[in-house]
Amino acid sequence: MRFIYILKDAFKTLFIKKARTLLTMLGIIIGVAGVIIIVSLGVGAQSLVLSQITKLGSNLVSVLPGASDETGPPAAVFGIQIETLKFSDAEAIDKDPRLDHVLAVTAGANGNGTVVWKGESVDTAIAGITYQYPSVQDIELSEGRFFNEAEDKASAYVTVLGSSVKESLFGDKSAVGEVVRVRLNSADSSSSISLRVVGVTKEKGSSIFFNPDDQILAPLAVVQRQLLGIDHLQFIQAKIDEGVNVKPTIEGIREVLREEHKIKNASDDDFSVRDLADAVSLLTGITDALRLFLGLMASISLVVGGIGIMNIMLVTVTERTREIGLRKAVGARSFNIRMQFLIEAIIITTIGGVIGILVGSLISWLISIGAHFAGFDWVFSVPLGSIFLAVGVSVFVGVVFGYYPAAQASKLDPIESLRYE
Amino acid sequence: MALIEIKKLSKEYVNDTVVTPVLFDVDLKIEKGEFVAIMGPSGSGKSTLMHILGFLDRGSRGEFLFEGKDTSDLNDDALAEIRNEKVGFVFQAFNLLPRTTVLDNVVLPLLYSSRPRDTHEKMGLDALAAVDLTERVSFYTNQISGGQKQRVAIARALVNDPDVIFADEPTGNLDSKSGEAVMEILRKLNEKGRTIILVTHEQETAEYADRIITIRDGKITSDEKADGKKLEYGKKK
Repeated sequence: MRFIYILKDAFKTLFIKKARTLLTMLGIIIGVAGVIIIVSLGVGAQSLVLSQITKLGSNLVSVLPGASDETGPPAAVFGIQIETLKFSDAEAIDKDPRLDHVLAVTAGANGNGTVVWKGESVDTAIAGITYQYPSVQDIELSEGRFFNEAEDKASAYVTVLGSSVKESLFGDKSAVGEVVRVRLNSADSSSSISLRVVGVTKEKGSSIFFNPDDQILAPLAVVQRQLLGIDHLQFIQAKIDEGVNVKPTIEGIREVLREEHKIKNASDDDFSVRDLADAVSLLTGITDALRLFLGLMASISLVVGGIGIMNIMLVTVTERTREIGLRKAVGARSFNIRMQFLIEAIIITTIGGVIGILVGSLISWLISIGAHFAGFDWVFSVPLGSIFLAVGVSVFVGVVFGYYPAAQASKLDPIESLRYE
Repeated sequence: MALIEIKKLSKEYVNDTVVTPVLFDVDLKIEKGEFVAIMGPSGSGKSTLMHILGFLDRGSRGEFLFEGKDTSDLNDDALAEIRNEKVGFVFQAFNLLPRTTVLDNVVLPLLYSSRPRDTHEKMGLDALAAVDLTERVSFYTNQISGGQKQRVAIARALVNDPDVIFADEPTGNLDSKSGEAVMEILRKLNEKGRTIILVTHEQETAEYADRIITIRDGKITSDEKADGKKLEYGKKK
């Protein structure tokens, strides 16, 4: 019996029992759709994360206090206060003649606080940074100006508001020239200071990590001493001229800081210097692992679907005992019967797989549209590899879970089967 | 050389520890072109004998020669091939595939044969012509009468040009008129040289045959030429 006729026969049989075939397929459809959705969303989320990172600024090198290994996050990420980084380090990086690819350097210390203006108040991030911050972070202003070097050095009581902070406090009114009161949100700090608004940043758009529009910027020394009561830094950021110079400059910064900190061996470093490529690879690693994990979870539903198929195929074999007996009586070999039922199972899983791919892609697409509405720069993509994988897995599930019922069918005794009621 | 020859054939079914003997040392010879009826009450072993002769089952002991060749060392696939090429079956319950056309039912054995696909339809139509059912070719099997169903089953048994057709109570599910029509067709096929082995418990049906073998308790108790009783039906050959 040639393959094409088995195939035709199988399609006919499955078509006759449309409802049952569809319900049997459902398990595979859901499983495959789940895998496709997870893979697709994983790709979308990953590209979103990566675009967010590059949004933070390219050719940016960060120095964080505390040592870290090459791939792990620095201690500061976990909120541990390490006081090894000082303003003099930032100055050294800025001034050192060896670091001639460094365009601009800024240093910073952050806190969370409340900004009040005429009875309106807003909770926001308070960033103490230096006058070079706009050059490092590509900040543009919608009104006013950024505080200048003189104001920075003099610890002037000035501030630049993030666009959404300004919106909350002033609405459509101009904020430049107004004075806001700023208070830190911590139990032991009741002191508040008054800052004069000199500028408002242009809306930059939120990233997952932080929202540059929801913060106020003030001279580093003001935030450090008047609000936080510290003299160490939480970060130094340096803008590098060209991408190719990032890695050598990172090494250069390490050397400069080791000299500053009088450290002889790299293993004794009390700071970490990294660029976005490190963050990208770190996050890619995390998202890859998540994707794999979720993909495996979704595959479990494929196994459940496969067991459903096995169940239905066993019922089908019982129902069609007489047919099997007859086929054997007119010359079908066990092999023919086995192939017939195996192919029915494979057709169910393959069609289920294809429908699952379509359904999964559709849902992923709808989610990507939803994400666009929510303002995320979401990329819709169903990787070709995941499609091949889904089809492959579907066929595999069909073979694995179709084999047992098919073998049962082929083992039936023709006489017994013909007598079966 | 006889078409079918069995010597001292015995068959017993073993169920757990209970051994149920069905056939005892049966000797039988059937020549090509014969129309043989095997009669006997239910439980006599007539169906088992037919199943063994039709390669659906094997004897426990004894010899079974088909066309002079011993069949004892044939494996399941070889038996399937013989069933496909050398024998055709007609069952009491028709055993047609549901939701399938008459023609597709008839050509089913050809799907398991080595005959080229483009000959199937012609062979199926020829077989249907032999049972006088050409006008029902594309009907579904649930759209035709019982008598027509059994004729489809005969066409299916016939389609691969087998040496012998086994009919197991072919009239059992039919009214007497349809039953007579079915027996007439078998009669005609036999007249054209086809060997037919009929299993029945009805004397009237058995009398269409040339030779009636009676089985009782697993033994052949009589084996005789059918007499002229067929004339009563006015269907003497």
